[in-house]
Amino acid sequence: MHASKRSVALLSYSSRMFLADSAVWRCNWVVGAEEVPVIDITAKRFAFSPDKITLKKGQTVRLRLHSQDVTHGFFLRPLKLDEEIPAGQTVEVTVTPQTAGTFTTICDHFCGANHGNMNMTIVVE
Amino acid sequence: MKPTDRRAFLKIAGTSLGIGVLYSAYPAARSAGEAGNFFSTLGSASGEKVAPFSFIQLSDAHVGFNGPPDPLGTKAFERAVDMINNLPQRPDLVLFTGDLTHDTEDRDVHVQRMKQFQEISKEINVPLIKCVPGEHDAGLDNGALYREFFGESHYSFDHRGVHFVALDNVTRAKPEVGAEQLAWLKKDLARFAKSAPIVVFTHRPLFDLRPDWEWFTSDGDDVMNVLSAYDNVTVLYGHIHRDDEHQIGAVHHYAARSLIFAFPDPQSVTGPRKPIPFDKEHPFKNLGIRTASFNGKSEAGSSPVSIEDVELTAREFRGINGVHQFLRDPRAEK
Repeated sequence: MHASKRSVALLSYSSRMFLADSAVWRCNWVVGAEEVPVIDITAKRFAFSPDKITLKKGQTVRLRLHSQDVTHGFFLRPLKLDEEIPAGQTVEVTVTPQTAGTFTTICDHFCGANHGNMNMTIVVE
Repeated sequence: MKPTDRRAFLKIAGTSLGIGVLYSAYPAARSAGEAGNFFSTLGSASGEKVAPFSFIQLSDAHVGFNGPPDPLGTKAFERAVDMINNLPQRPDLVLFTGDLTHDTEDRDVHVQRMKQFQEISKEINVPLIKCVPGEHDAGLDNGALYREFFGESHYSFDHRGVHFVALDNVTRAKPEVGAEQLAWLKKDLARFAKSAPIVVFTHRPLFDLRPDWEWFTSDGDDVMNVLSAYDNVTVLYGHIHRDDEHQIGAVHHYAARSLIFAFPDPQSVTGPRKPIPFDKEHPFKNLGIRTASFNGKSEAGSSPVSIEDVELTAREFRGINGVHQFLRDPRAEK
């Protein structure tokens, strides 16, 4: 294996191992022209999973949003997040946080009785 | 004179003990000069005789909801009806600012809830009752069932010289009015003079009260831009299950308490929104007499509308524990 490929593989492996026990977020490094981390978030009445992720200010990440049931929203004004996740489908949004802080992202597409409490935390460090 | 004194034309007073708010609008019909002529013209155009009148705002009955933190179902709503019917002066109008019913995915159940709302509200001895939907009425089916029962979710009408606008910020399932309704609003208001008294009633706040609690309308700024062209606009809304006053520019926004349970002060709580539980020791902990008064005395040539204070009093309610916090006259506590 070439050194470059080996180091990429090691980086990928070590990243996965580092995050293996983390219940906060899972990050897959995409090898290619754009090394944009991807974070998978699942929406299902009435919660997001994971319910908390941590991003770095100035770092671009791709959020891969998947609905396991009905249409959900994904709204956070400070990070300009305003997505609709159609029922059973996956949408992707790229975000580069410019402001540090702790933010509450909500489902803003009415999805039922406990819709008002469907939210998750995004921490920007 | 403060800008608010010139522009506010509604004075809101009363207990607002979970039974809504009583407003009094007193168009300066008797005043001479431009103000009186304006209202005379407006009244003639709308076919309504310009005269003083009062009206009620009720909100968030959530008919069909049963359980913590409110095990009383429709008791507060029914009591509110009883109190309105016993007011010394009959109001002309009741505005219901949404969440008439509690949501359910079972269409038949939701039909029953809407019927029950109609059965209770038809007991209100007031000639005119107007509603807008809340997300619990209309969020799951884009308002289809609501429209079967209550008609259009956005509309306008004139009453005694005041232009009322019902805005829908729920049937798109998201907290938004939408471009089409925005265009309608602009066109609807275009025929009115800058000084026309306008009451907008809607469900969600049109400004960012607590976005993380979904207490906002995403295109609320666009709505406010349209309304900013007018000097006498008042916005009435519900959704937040508590009374609130907010001023943006010349526009005053008032929220009414609900008829089911209360939410906390958005400025005092960080984190998730949780209903306030009943407190037997302090039944009026988050309730009580709410007064909002402006200098409503109209001066000739200034504000076209003068206003009056109307206090709504409540008879003591004896009966189901918990309802006391809504309905007992707090003056009896002292």
